[in-house]
Amino acid sequence: MTLAYQKLKSFDLQQGVIYIGFLAIFLFFALTLHDDGFLTSRNLTNIVLQTAPATIMAIGLVFALSAGEIDLSFGSVVAVSALSAAVVMQHFPMPVGILAGLGAGLAIGAFNGALVAYGRLPSFLVTLATMGLFAGIARTMTDLRSIPVLNENFTGLFGSGKLLSVPSLVIWTAIAVGIGHIVYRNTRLGAHVLAVGDNARAAQVSGIKVARVRLYVLTLCGGCAGLAGLLYAGRLQAAKYTLGESDLMTVIAAVIVGGTALNGGKGSVIGALLGSLLMGMLNNGLILMGLDVSDQMIVRGLIILLAVAVSLRDTSR
Amino acid sequence: MTGSTPVLSLANIHKAFDGVIAIEDFSLDLYPGEIVALVGDNGAGKSTLIKMISGVYSPTSGTVRLEGDEVSFADASSARSRGIEVVYQDLALADQQPVYMNMFLGRELTKPPFGLLDKERMRQETQALVDELDVRIPSASSTIRDLSGGQRQGIAIARATHWASKLILLDEPTAALGVAETARVEELVARLRARNLAILIISHSLDQVFRLSDRICVLRRGQQIGIRKTVETNKNEIVSMITGVHAPA
Ligand SMILES: Nc1ncnc2c1ncn2[C@@H]1O[C@H](COP(=O)(O)OP(=O)(O)OP(=O)(O)O)[C@@H](O)[C@H]1O
Ligand SMILES: [Mg+2]
Repeated sequence: MTLAYQKLKSFDLQQGVIYIGFLAIFLFFALTLHDDGFLTSRNLTNIVLQTAPATIMAIGLVFALSAGEIDLSFGSVVAVSALSAAVVMQHFPMPVGILAGLGAGLAIGAFNGALVAYGRLPSFLVTLATMGLFAGIARTMTDLRSIPVLNENFTGLFGSGKLLSVPSLVIWTAIAVGIGHIVYRNTRLGAHVLAVGDNARAAQVSGIKVARVRLYVLTLCGGCAGLAGLLYAGRLQAAKYTLGESDLMTVIAAVIVGGTALNGGKGSVIGALLGSLLMGMLNNGLILMGLDVSDQMIVRGLIILLAVAVSLRDTSR
Repeated sequence: MTGSTPVLSLANIHKAFDGVIAIEDFSLDLYPGEIVALVGDNGAGKSTLIKMISGVYSPTSGTVRLEGDEVSFADASSARSRGIEVVYQDLALADQQPVYMNMFLGRELTKPPFGLLDKERMRQETQALVDELDVRIPSASSTIRDLSGGQRQGIAIARATHWASKLILLDEPTAALGVAETARVEELVARLRARNLAILIISHSLDQVFRLSDRICVLRRGQQIGIRKTVETNKNEIVSMITGVHAPA
C-alpha cells in the first residue's frame, strides 16, 4: 500500500526514538531486575509519582524550546515556589499558600520572559543568571532551614492523596500532560509557538506577535516549575532550598530524548512525558541494581548522552 | 484597463535612511489584472519600495493610495488586512511545519466549541488551492523542508494568492530557482493575472520580465528612470535605462 509506505517514510526517527528507547529500557530492567521487584505495581507507581514534578517542568520546557528559547532557571523556581507556599501556609490558609507558590513561579517566569521578549536578551543568558539569582534567594528566604508543610489538605492535594484510588500526583501529571498536549498540538497558541521557533521572521511577517509568544512560553515554564514546587512540598511534607536542585539535567534530557528540537520548531508533550518516565525508570533501575550514588550518576550521564545523541542525529538527509 | 481606478497609486514617494536617499520622487499607478515589473541594479531601491507598500517602512514623504483612499500602514499586518500580500526574496516559510500550517500561518482556522485548530479544513483548503494553481507538491500535509525550492516558492505564492484581495508584491521570486522551477513559478504568476489582482514583481532577469509583465518600471540609484509598456520597448532600451549607458545601436 502506498499509504502505508508513506506513513512508514514519514515516521520521524527523532520523535520515534523515545518509544523504542522507552520499551528497550523497560524490557531490560524487567528482565534483569525481575527478582528485585522492578515490575511490581508498587514500584512502577512509585516511578510515576517520583517523576511527576519533572514531567510537569518538562511540559513547560517543550513549549520554551519549541519557541526557540530555553529556561535554565526552573530548578531554582521550584525551591522558591515551594518555600513561598510553605512559609505562607504557616500563617494563612491553604489557598493563599497555593497562590503564593504558583504566583512566585509565574512571576519569575514572566520576569524571565519580559527580559527575553522586550529586553531582547537571549533566554540562555537571562535564565542562567536568574537560575543563580533565585537559587540564592531560596537560600536566604529561610536561612537554609527546611519548612515543614503540615496542612493535610495540602499534602493530600499535592502529595499522598488519592481520588477514586488514583494518586493525586498521577492525576496532576495526567491533567498537565493532557492540557499541554492539546494546547501544543491543537491551538493557535501552539501553532504560533512552533512558528516562532521555526522561523521567527516568517512568524513576524505573518502577523504573529513574536515577543508575546516568547513572554508566554517563559511564563509557562515558571508556572510549571511553581506547580512542581507545590508537588514536591506536598509529597515531602516540607520545603527546602535544595528542592529542584538536581532537576535541570533530568528535565532537559527528558525533553530532548522525547523528540523536542533544541533549536525550535518541533517537539512533543507526550514524548516529554515518556522521556521523563524513562529518566525515572533509569533512576529506579540503577538503585535496584545496587549501584552507589556516584556510579548511578556516571551510568545515568552516559545513558543520557547516548539517548540524546541518538535523538539529535540529523535524520532528515 | 486604464479606464478603471488604480488599485495602488504611489505619488512622489521619497525615502531616506538617516539622510541617505534610497528612493527619490517615485510615482506609479497599478491596475487590477496587470503585472508590472520593477527593475534596476543592486541597491537601486526596489526592495525598499516594496517594503513601503507593504507597511514594513513608511515613506519619508509622498502619498500611497489604495483604491483611491490615502493609506499609511503602521506595520505589515495592517497592509495585509487591506489585501496586500508579499512574497519575499528569502522565503518566509516555517520549514518544519506542514504546508497547510504555512498557508494559514498567523491566520489559522479554528472550530467551535473550544476554538481548537481545524486542521482538516486547513488541509482541504490548502489542497484545493494548490490543485487549482497547479502547484505540484506531494500533499498539503508535506513538511516544507522536504520540498524543492520551486515547490516552496509555489507555496509562498499560493499563500499570497489565497489572502490577497488587491495586490501581490513579489521580490525576486525566482532568484534561487533553477530553469524548470523558474518556468513553473512564472506560469503560476501569469495565471494570477486572471484573478484580477495587481502584481508588482521585482526581477533581475530581463527575459523573465519580458515574458511576464505588461509594463516595466526602471529604477536607478533611487531615481525613477521611466515606465514602458512591455510590448513597446526592447531589452536594449531597458538595459540602457538601468545602467544609464546608451547601448550602441
Ligand atoms: N534599513 C535600511 N537602512 C539603511 N539603508 C538601507 C536600508 N534598507 C535599504 N537601504 C539602502 O537603500 C538602498 C536600496 O536598497 P534596496 O534593498 O531597496 O535595493 P534593491 O534594489 O532591492 O537591491 P537588490 O537588487 O540588491 O535587492 C541601498 O543603498 C541600501 O543600502
Ligand atoms: Mg532587493
